[in-house]
Amino acid sequence: MEMDDVFKALADASRRSLLDRLHVKNGQTLNELCEGLAMTRQAVTKHLVVLEEANLVTTHRQGREKLHYLNPVPIHQIGERWIKKFERGKLTALSELKRRLEGEEK
Amino acid sequence: MSNSRFFYVTYIRTTPERLWSALTTKEFTEQYWLGAFCESDWKPGSPWKLSFTDGRIADAGEIVEANPPRRLVIKWRNEWSAELKAEGYSLCTFEIEQVEGAEAVKLSVIHEIDRPESAFIQAVSGGWPRILSNLKSLLETGSVLLPKKA
Repeated sequence: MEMDDVFKALADASRRSLLDRLHVKNGQTLNELCEGLAMTRQAVTKHLVVLEEANLVTTHRQGREKLHYLNPVPIHQIGERWIKKFERGKLTALSELKRRLEGEEK
Repeated sequence: MSNSRFFYVTYIRTTPERLWSALTTKEFTEQYWLGAFCESDWKPGSPWKLSFTDGRIADAGEIVEANPPRRLVIKWRNEWSAELKAEGYSLCTFEIEQVEGAEAVKLSVIHEIDRPESAFIQAVSGGWPRILSNLKSLLETGSVLLPKKA
């Protein structure tokens, strides 16, 4: 149920890129989110609906504007579900190793 | 945008009353707040504080609005970091809504401060998803996933 929605929403690269944009700058309007993207406005709107239904994006009205916010709580819950606290340290070390090794290749 | 704001939502299988009590009872907050707890008498105008279990004060402020079990607004300032304290007061709003047709409530947490690129809002944004996951787990299963500091 709710977790299925989260995985489905995350299974699309365009939707993940929208989340990345909100991670860089939280609280954007639809217009701001569309700027510089290869997607049509309709496509962005459709993706935002999926993200909202999965509770990965929340919206807040401010005056006439509708602002979109990244809601990382469900992603965190997935992490907690499969990544226990004792594994966290090891995984962080591995991610860091991967980042460094791959960074050095460039 | 002239302010900094985070907006979190989580759905919890519980009642608004139980969730309200989880947010406003010292012993309850101690179980999910990653090694800290909240204290106040939860009346508008009353002081509010968040302390570490060793007694140091983490954050402090004042209850702005308390409408049990629906809405709680806290004026909130960091107390232990000079840099974060200098940013002044933030506003944290908790909104609790019953989900229609389900035994669940929607909890929204909006934490904002009237300045751009706030280091304080950045700092709390790392904690909220963990605290909210813990709170959800505690109310739904009776235990937390991240017991003390994480």
